Amino acid sequence: MLKRPHYIALGLIVFLTLVILNLPGKTTARMKLGLGSLFVPLFGLANSVEQAGAKTGNAILPRSELISQKDALERQNQELRLQLMQAEGMARENERLRRLLGWQPNKAWKLKPSHVVLAEPSNWWRTVQIDLGSRDGVKINSPVLTTDGLVGRISSVSLTRSQVVLLGDPNCKVAARVENPTRDTGVIGGSGPLESGICEMAYLSRTADLKPGQNVWTSGLGGIFPKDILIGKVLDSRSEDYGMSTVARVKLAANLSALDEVWVMMEP
Amino acid sequence: MNWLNTLFILVAAFLAVFWETAFQGVRHVLGAQVDLLPAIMVYAALSSGFSTVCLVAFFAGLCFDSLSANPLGISILPLFAVGLAVYFWRDLILRDQSFAQMVLGFGAGIACPVLSLLLLLTTGRPPQLGWGTVWQLIIMSLGSAIATPAFFLLFEWLHKSLSHAPVFETSFRPDREIRRGR
Repeated sequence: MLKRPHYIALGLIVFLTLVILNLPGKTTARMKLGLGSLFVPLFGLANSVEQAGAKTGNAILPRSELISQKDALERQNQELRLQLMQAEGMARENERLRRLLGWQPNKAWKLKPSHVVLAEPSNWWRTVQIDLGSRDGVKINSPVLTTDGLVGRISSVSLTRSQVVLLGDPNCKVAARVENPTRDTGVIGGSGPLESGICEMAYLSRTADLKPGQNVWTSGLGGIFPKDILIGKVLDSRSEDYGMSTVARVKLAANLSALDEVWVMMEP
Repeated sequence: MNWLNTLFILVAAFLAVFWETAFQGVRHVLGAQVDLLPAIMVYAALSSGFSTVCLVAFFAGLCFDSLSANPLGISILPLFAVGLAVYFWRDLILRDQSFAQMVLGFGAGIACPVLSLLLLLTTGRPPQLGWGTVWQLIIMSLGSAIATPAFFLLFEWLHKSLSHAPVFETSFRPDREIRRGR
C-alpha cells in the first residue's frame, strides 16, 4: 500500500511535470540544450570509434581498388565540369533575358554542409539533429537538402546544434508542383509511420493530369522553400473527398533513413 | 547498497537513451525503434524503493525528451505511471521468474508509448499515427519484453561484481564436535 510519503512524492512528480510542460518555449529549448549536452561526450566517443573503424577500413582497401575509384571520379569530375560550363552559359543567358524583361534576378543558393549527429529516439516524429547551430548562422525554417533532393526544414536551433524536421513529419508541409503540362500544385504532407520514403501530396486539383514517374518540385509558394528543389517522383494517385480533389503518393528523391551529410540553405 | 543500485539504474537509463538515438539498426530492419526505458522502470520498481522509481521516471523522461521532438517532460508521467503500477503490486509479483519479468516488460513496453501518445494528443501536438503505429507498438513491447529479463541479469551480475560477497555462517560448532577417544 502507498503511504503518506509516497503520496507526497507522487504529487511532487505530477506538479514538476506540469510545471515543465507549461514552461515558455525559450526556457524549454534551453533546458533541452543543457540536458542534451550531457550526451556530448558519448556522441564524441561514438564518433571516434566510427572514425577509427573507417580508418581501419581505408587501410585495408587494396591499392588497385583506390586507383580504379580515382579514375572513375576523375571522369565524373570532367563530365560535371562540362555540365557546369553549359549551365553557367545558360544562367548568363537567363540572367540577360530576365534583365531585358525587367524581372527580378534569381538569387544564388548559399549552402552550408553539415553532419547528422543523432536521430529521433521516438517512433512518432521524423526529425534528426545536425551539427550546425545559431553560431553558424542557421535560422529556423531554413531548408535542408541533399544532392538527391529536399530533406526538410530547420525546426529549432541551439548554439551548436539544430533540429531538422523531415519530410513526412506532421510538422513539415511543403508547397509543391508536379512537372506535367498542367503544372499541378499541391501540398506535401505527412505519411504513414512505416513509409519513410513516401509522402502524400494533397490538395491537387480533381482534373490533375498525374502519371507515375513525373517529377515533383517545390513550387516556391508558402515562403519557406525556394522553388525548383526536387522532392521526388509521383508513384500513384487517387480521388479524395468524393472526387473533389486528388491525392498523390510521392516517392522521395532523398533517402531519409540513411542521412549522413546534409546541406542547409542559408539566407543570401 | 541501495544508493549504488539507484546509481546503476540511472546510468543504465542514460545509456539506454543514448543507444536509442545513436543506433538505428532496429528501426531500419523492423520499422520501429525499441524503447528500453520501460524495461528499466520495471526493474527499478521491482528492486528499489519508491524514491528510485520517482528519480528514474524524472531523469529518464527528461533525458529522452531532450533528444527528441517531444515537448520536454511529456515522457515523465507515462514512465512514472508504469513504475507506480508495478511498485504498487510488487508484493504479488514473482519477480525472480523470467516469465513474469517478460510479461511485465511487455505490458510496460505497450503502456508507455500509448500513454505518451495520449498525452501528445491532449497537448495539441498530433504525432505521426496510422496503421503502422500498431506494428511499431508490437515491436516496442516485444523489445521491452526481451530487454526486461536481460536488465535483471545485467544488474544481478553488476551487484555480484561490485559488492561484497555475503559471509555465510558455517554449520560447524565446536561444542558439538564429536571427540573420539580410544
